[in-house]
Amino acid sequence: MDTQVFIIIIIIIIIIVSHHVEGGHFNVKIKSLAFKCSMQTKSKKTLAKPGVKNIVLVEGVRTPFLLSGTIYNDFMAHDLARAALLGLLNKTSLPKDAVDYIVYGTVIQEVKTSNVAREAALGAGISEKIPAHTVTMACISANQAITTAVGLIAAGQCDVVVAGGVETMSDMPIRHSRKMRKTMLTLNKAKTLSQRLTLLSKIRLGYLTPELPALTEFSTNETMGHSADRLTAAFGVSRREQDEFAFRSHSLAKKAQDAGLLSDVLSVNVPGKGIVSKDNGIRPSSMEQLEKLKPVFIKPHGTITPASSSFLTDGASAVLLMSEEKALAMGYKPKAYLRDFVFVSQDPKDQLLLGPSYATPEVLEKSGITLDDIDVFEFHEAFAGQILANLKAMDSDWFAQTCMGRKSKVGVLPIEKLNLWGGSLSLGHPFGATGARLVTAAVNRLKKEGGQYALVAACAAGGQVVMKVIQNYFFI
Amino acid sequence: YASGTLQPGVGIEPVTFLNPKAAALIAVKDDVAVIRINNPDSKVNTLSIPMQREMAEVMNEVWANGAVKSVVLISSKPGCFIAGADINMIQACRSAEEVTALSQEGQKMFEKIEKSPIPIVAAINGSCLGGGLEFALACQYRVATKSRKTVLGTPEVMLGLLPGAGGTQRLPKMVGLPSAFDVMLTGRNIRADKAKKMGLVHQLVDPLGPGLKDSDVRTVEYLEEVAVGFAKGIVNKSIPLTKRKGIMQKLQDYAMGIPFVRQQIYKTVTKRVMNQTKGLYPAPLKIIECVKAGLEKGSEAGYLEESQNFGKLAMTPESKALVGLYQGQVACKKNRFGTPEREVKNLAILGAGLMGAGIAQVTVDKGVNVILKDTATEGLSRGQDQVYKGFNAKVKKKSITSFERDTTMSCLTGQLDYSGFERVDMVIEAVFEDLSIKHKVLKEVEAVTPPHCIFATNTSGLPIKDIAAASKRPENVIGMHYFSPVDKMQLLEIITTDKTSKDTTASAVALGLKQGKIIIVVKDGPGFYTTRCLSPMLAELLRLLQEGVEPKKLDLLTTSFGLPVGAVILADEVGIDVAAHVGKTMTKAFGSRLDGGNIEVVTTMVEKGFTGRKAGKGFYIYEKGSKSRNINPAAEEILKKFKLSAPPSVSSDSDVQYRLVSRFVNEALLCLQEGILSNPMEGDIGAVFGLGFPPFLGGPFRFVDAFGADKLVQKMKKYEEVYGNQFTACQLLQDHAKDSSKKFYK
Repeated sequence: MDTQVFIIIIIIIIIIVSHHVEGGHFNVKIKSLAFKCSMQTKSKKTLAKPGVKNIVLVEGVRTPFLLSGTIYNDFMAHDLARAALLGLLNKTSLPKDAVDYIVYGTVIQEVKTSNVAREAALGAGISEKIPAHTVTMACISANQAITTAVGLIAAGQCDVVVAGGVETMSDMPIRHSRKMRKTMLTLNKAKTLSQRLTLLSKIRLGYLTPELPALTEFSTNETMGHSADRLTAAFGVSRREQDEFAFRSHSLAKKAQDAGLLSDVLSVNVPGKGIVSKDNGIRPSSMEQLEKLKPVFIKPHGTITPASSSFLTDGASAVLLMSEEKALAMGYKPKAYLRDFVFVSQDPKDQLLLGPSYATPEVLEKSGITLDDIDVFEFHEAFAGQILANLKAMDSDWFAQTCMGRKSKVGVLPIEKLNLWGGSLSLGHPFGATGARLVTAAVNRLKKEGGQYALVAACAAGGQVVMKVIQNYFFI
Repeated sequence: YASGTLQPGVGIEPVTFLNPKAAALIAVKDDVAVIRINNPDSKVNTLSIPMQREMAEVMNEVWANGAVKSVVLISSKPGCFIAGADINMIQACRSAEEVTALSQEGQKMFEKIEKSPIPIVAAINGSCLGGGLEFALACQYRVATKSRKTVLGTPEVMLGLLPGAGGTQRLPKMVGLPSAFDVMLTGRNIRADKAKKMGLVHQLVDPLGPGLKDSDVRTVEYLEEVAVGFAKGIVNKSIPLTKRKGIMQKLQDYAMGIPFVRQQIYKTVTKRVMNQTKGLYPAPLKIIECVKAGLEKGSEAGYLEESQNFGKLAMTPESKALVGLYQGQVACKKNRFGTPEREVKNLAILGAGLMGAGIAQVTVDKGVNVILKDTATEGLSRGQDQVYKGFNAKVKKKSITSFERDTTMSCLTGQLDYSGFERVDMVIEAVFEDLSIKHKVLKEVEAVTPPHCIFATNTSGLPIKDIAAASKRPENVIGMHYFSPVDKMQLLEIITTDKTSKDTTASAVALGLKQGKIIIVVKDGPGFYTTRCLSPMLAELLRLLQEGVEPKKLDLLTTSFGLPVGAVILADEVGIDVAAHVGKTMTKAFGSRLDGGNIEVVTTMVEKGFTGRKAGKGFYIYEKGSKSRNINPAAEEILKKFKLSAPPSVSSDSDVQYRLVSRFVNEALLCLQEGILSNPMEGDIGAVFGLGFPPFLGGPFRFVDAFGADKLVQKMKKYEEVYGNQFTACQLLQDHAKDSSKKFYK
């Protein structure tokens, strides 16, 4: 009864809306279009709000996402971030001094480059007069970078902002133990040889045990996988359902890769290892093979296996955001509007990864649209079971009433619109970079599929979630 | 008690056969029979006679069904697997033979479970105690949830009994001799993770959060699903029944195979038990005997020894007293004043001393915001440190996480002023024991608190009505007498005046229960109940010291009577200054009846700074880090100065004991006679949990019943002749002495 409950979930929904809906004569055109295709029965609302600047996404890119410990083995995080930045500038032909600000997200920080955004920008040859900062919010760090950029533009502080994220798990800051650090710091202050020798003599073998970056929640001491396994059990998600979802993710990613749909992936030259231009974690196998895997977090009776968890990944991503006027003035064709977003948070123990269920209705209400209006869903796949638990939560009246304080359930999320080009399970999940990949994927899918609105959601350690609404930018 | 016909279910969907009267329902999942235990008449499952009978029928039905390949045993009660045997069932027995027969029934039933042709998996969520644990131990496999409510243990020893359904025989085999003794002799609760480490359970299941159902409900469902999985796994041999032993385990097993080593263990354990119990508690020794019989003479002898000893123990006065205390404790954990109109959510404590900080510590982790106010930074900082240390100790013992410690500490505000008092629902003052200071803070508090705010005073002796005299709202004034150290001592004595409102009392009791206290509610008067009983005993102690009885001898005599610490050490612990202060107040209130030794002995000691343990010197000298205490020669000098001659007729060892005890007991009875106490049970609980009255005697009232009021009066008369009215038996005691059918407990 007295357990402390922390509620933090964040959802960003980015809605993309046709740019020309606002103008009267364009409206007519759209109406006539609507008459022509009976398919188009959906809301044509622009989602623009009076007094709020329209913010557009001009382009989004990412380095190939690679399994940690493979080709990016020798890269530091800022090398990857630099590659993404350069790729974005090249792809958009944006002059290196035309950016007003750079924001990057990252999770496990390299202590040498704690403001990795600045180091990457300098390394990419971007004018040193352009400030850059780094944000961190676990797996939604890049989403936080994007919403920070949106805030800067909306507030009139900037017109052109590059946001993105980066993570390398191939190299992690492994520290000396606290006791060893303490001894070493005191050693610095020791004046005489005898003082130093006394200190050195106090070092015990145990001091040499290194300290790895924690992968457990600080507040609960539970790993995310363990929490996710409990979550799947709480929602009765079966092992088979999870395996099927993992299989789906890899199959869809493979199809998208083969069809050349992953147009946001850059080609990166890795010194001594050649040019990489494809994600290397996509491994479509068979259900039989998936069934053979043993659970990794709760043994022996858990249901989450390596296949149904996102894997450790290296990669970086970047998006170019502008105010609509600026983009048009510079001659760009914006791809999408970034509309509403919400961040919410929940109990980091039992609801660590349930945020999307909470944030979805919230952001939809904010935007004044419904689940049916959304054409594209891009949800971060931390674990197959986590996505499935969220789908079940949204479809449950009990959950809505008991946990969310709502009258009735959110509804059935149409899985046929979800992560059609693969997700974090198959493409990979560089913690700090995933957020920008999700947004870019949502935008590119809207373009390809001709949809109106996209919804992006990601959950993060600490029980936090981001949700964005994106609106397509139609040129008619 | 037929529980339906059993048919194997088809497919995944379980087929359940209900019998509305039945305490055990069977569902069948594929070829696994799931037995859900659910005692229809109670909130918890206990192994009563009907329950045992029904379980036997259900098991027979399962065994008779060829389609069933394995069994899962689970409870449908939230937070309870099986809480133990039914105490009433044992109490209803009139002879040791009857109880032995009960034990043998249980042994037989669990033997059948142990020899079951198909594997039985016990799926444990919540309390699995006593007979419940013995049931689980007889099963082939055990799965437990990691819920905080899941505890395993054999608390029988605390009731003066032993695990009488095979526990003394199975436990040593399962967890090894040392652990088995630890479990059975302490009776302590073992959490699931510890139980897994000990080898008491095979697998752990994590509790779940809310999903499509309530988390508790879903957790039990999940436990059942997992247990069914294990049951199938055992049948298809993918789950081994024996776990691979580590090197340490193998070494221990090897050592235990050597008879000499076992003999040494029995000897050491017996010695330790004798040290702790002075031989006053028969149950621990019998437990050792049973284990020994089983290991040395074979299991048949072991089981026989167990059932016979169980029967014998159940008939001992020690067991009856301990069972009575247990029942009293249960009663004192209820609020007989109803639910208060408003819950105390914000509490302020005045004074950050040992008491104030202790009260803060037991409150702040119960979802109550606590303000700890003192008048000086040093005192405040010391108090906050005390609270922090308390929680940090729990972190070290891994009963809470460091994060929980921090969030808990965040609910505690230390301050020197009255800011924020406009929001507090209750103030507990623990300032210096001086009426004028108490009046001053009472007035200050009433000036800044809302009208509903309760003012509770933590005094050990000042009458509450005197303190309340300065109040504008006497109906909101109440006494809450905590015992030091607050986080260890279980008792809370709540004192009401004629003006205290019922809602104020309900509120104080509710807060005390939240703090985990056992509560007695008494009427106002000098010394209330506890201090009043203690006071004549301390006065007598002082006289005995003056009469030349060595402090060490006095301590030995009192501990061999059953007190947890010697009476002289107790005086040092309480504080000689406090004892002097209380002594004076009590004599002032009750006159010469409460006299004993010369109060000047203690006032001289206080003048010289020998205020007891806190000062490092009292009757003994206390040195940091050293466990042995030496007599304080300066205190001895003072005693010599006030030396009295010891009248030989009342100075034998036994007389010394009864002079102390009879004054205590007589005063307790007087409190009931005068209406300070509302019933004998609360008197017994208060004496045992607050003052350390020997638990095996059950408290002063049960002591009078068992010892005989007439015998006690006889003894007192002898002392009365020497010392006068201090030993005059009160009317109530005399009434009981005249009529032997009069008993405090039926």
